[in-house]
Amino acid sequence: MALSAEESSRLTGLLDEHAERITNRWVELLAASLRGRLSQAELRRQVQELHHAMIEAARSGGFDLESESAGELRAVLAELSRGRARQGFTATETATSVYALKDVMLEVLETDTTDARTLRDYVAFSSLVDQMGLFTFESFVRTRESLIADQAEQLLELSTPVVKIWEGVVAVPLVGTLDSARAQVVMERLLQTLVDTSSPYAIIDITGVPAVDTQVAQHILKTVVAARLMGADCIISGIRPQIAQTIVALGIEFGDIATKASLADALRHVLRLTGVEAARRQPRRES
Amino acid sequence: MERVPVLKIGDILLVSIQVDMSDQTAVQLQEDLAERIVATGCHGVIIDITALAIVDSFVGRMLSTIASISRVLDAETVVVGMRPAVAITLVELGLSLEGIRTALNVERGMELIAATRDDDHGYDDADEPGDQSTDTR
Amino acid sequence: MTAGVDRGHPQAQAIRSDEDVVRVRQLVRTVAVAVRLSLVDQTKLVTAASELARNTLVYGGGGTAEVSTVDNGLRRGVRIVFADDGPGIADLDLALTDGYTTGGGLGLGLSGARRLVDEFDIDTGPERGTRITVTKWSR
Repeated sequence: MALSAEESSRLTGLLDEHAERITNRWVELLAASLRGRLSQAELRRQVQELHHAMIEAARSGGFDLESESAGELRAVLAELSRGRARQGFTATETATSVYALKDVMLEVLETDTTDARTLRDYVAFSSLVDQMGLFTFESFVRTRESLIADQAEQLLELSTPVVKIWEGVVAVPLVGTLDSARAQVVMERLLQTLVDTSSPYAIIDITGVPAVDTQVAQHILKTVVAARLMGADCIISGIRPQIAQTIVALGIEFGDIATKASLADALRHVLRLTGVEAARRQPRRES
Repeated sequence: MERVPVLKIGDILLVSIQVDMSDQTAVQLQEDLAERIVATGCHGVIIDITALAIVDSFVGRMLSTIASISRVLDAETVVVGMRPAVAITLVELGLSLEGIRTALNVERGMELIAATRDDDHGYDDADEPGDQSTDTR
Repeated sequence: MTAGVDRGHPQAQAIRSDEDVVRVRQLVRTVAVAVRLSLVDQTKLVTAASELARNTLVYGGGGTAEVSTVDNGLRRGVRIVFADDGPGIADLDLALTDGYTTGGGLGLGLSGARRLVDEFDIDTGPERGTRITVTKWSR
């Protein structure tokens, strides 16, 4: 895909000689295709950066997008794609920013002498621009993927709040479907909150969980066992009738884990446990 | 070989494991503790593992053994400060640390030991730690 | 080598003594942090490595641990190979059973370590040593 040294030098020559005309026309084409969603000044800056990076890449001899000398060009292209992806442009709009160069070059070459060599050059430049476009497209997709992954993670965190509801008592109200990944996040966050707040009691409320399968039940059980290893007790509340039936039908042993009908019952249960302890250490004062 | 220090605070022996222990160090700690329980007549042992990045089956077994030995010597052992990642790993490993009492931190551990001693002796405070002169070896 | 899996330069650690088991743990942790395994995954891998390194020392009469990074294009991971020239394991199924032990341990070393990693491969036989390969991938 690389250009020969000769082709490179002719490309540099063209880009240099017609610098102003190329960047102006390029900005014009982009402004039309993006319909004013980016300012002229912003587009001009990007185009000038690209233009400059291309000349730099071509100057060192054979123009090859994968070579070391094209490092700056790749960086500029990647930066452009990231920016477009973040601002919500489509992949086509992003790639077009690069492909527009083809039209510009064609116009420039047409006004020069048209012969067989020019045609060959144009084909060579063309395939180079194609390569740059594909690179842009890949960077765009990568940025989008990382954006999606970040959002998924944020969603996961938002959907699993661990709250301190009383001195020494934290609760996790679980809402929605619990898959393995989410169950794991819940487990880790709950245990960390126990440490951070020095709370010996945790209430896992599953009122908002529509269904429980073996895997989810296993995750909840493991959380309870892990909490116990750390010196904390878990109470499970809000088990709905259908879920109770599933648990029994699946043959899942909840063993000696305390279960309560509602979050309020669970809290009352914990307070009674801690209340007894508190009363024992601090006899009630006379009023 | 490194040695884990054992501190005496009132009626309690406090062991704070700060190093990545070799198996030998762990065995040494087990022996040191048994001797110190007898020598001091303490009724509580707190093993702080806050700094331990992992607990494998060897350390797990050491903790269980210490708990059993101290029970025989009339002392209560509480393991405190286990990190969440360590607890999750132990569950996956299948190690349940049978017979070991745990608490979130040193403070909770002391409360637990105090409560246990209360249960054993009612509200009778005559059981002063210094009274028992068991160190006759 | 598995197709499509790129292996980084392995780092070797001899396992001849108690202290070497500690060194294996530290080496594995450093590599696990470098490939950015989550804290829980780091802990699981280091725990598994500790069990297997101890097995290499106690049952295999010493050997080596070779730690390397792996990359399958989507995720990165850590691969550890434990090798010894010991007597090998005669009955593998039995050795992988929870609670089975010949060395006075809890019998959770091999079976437990297998649960803590994503891939577990064992090559052993009477009188031909043991070679255990484990891999943990980033999420």
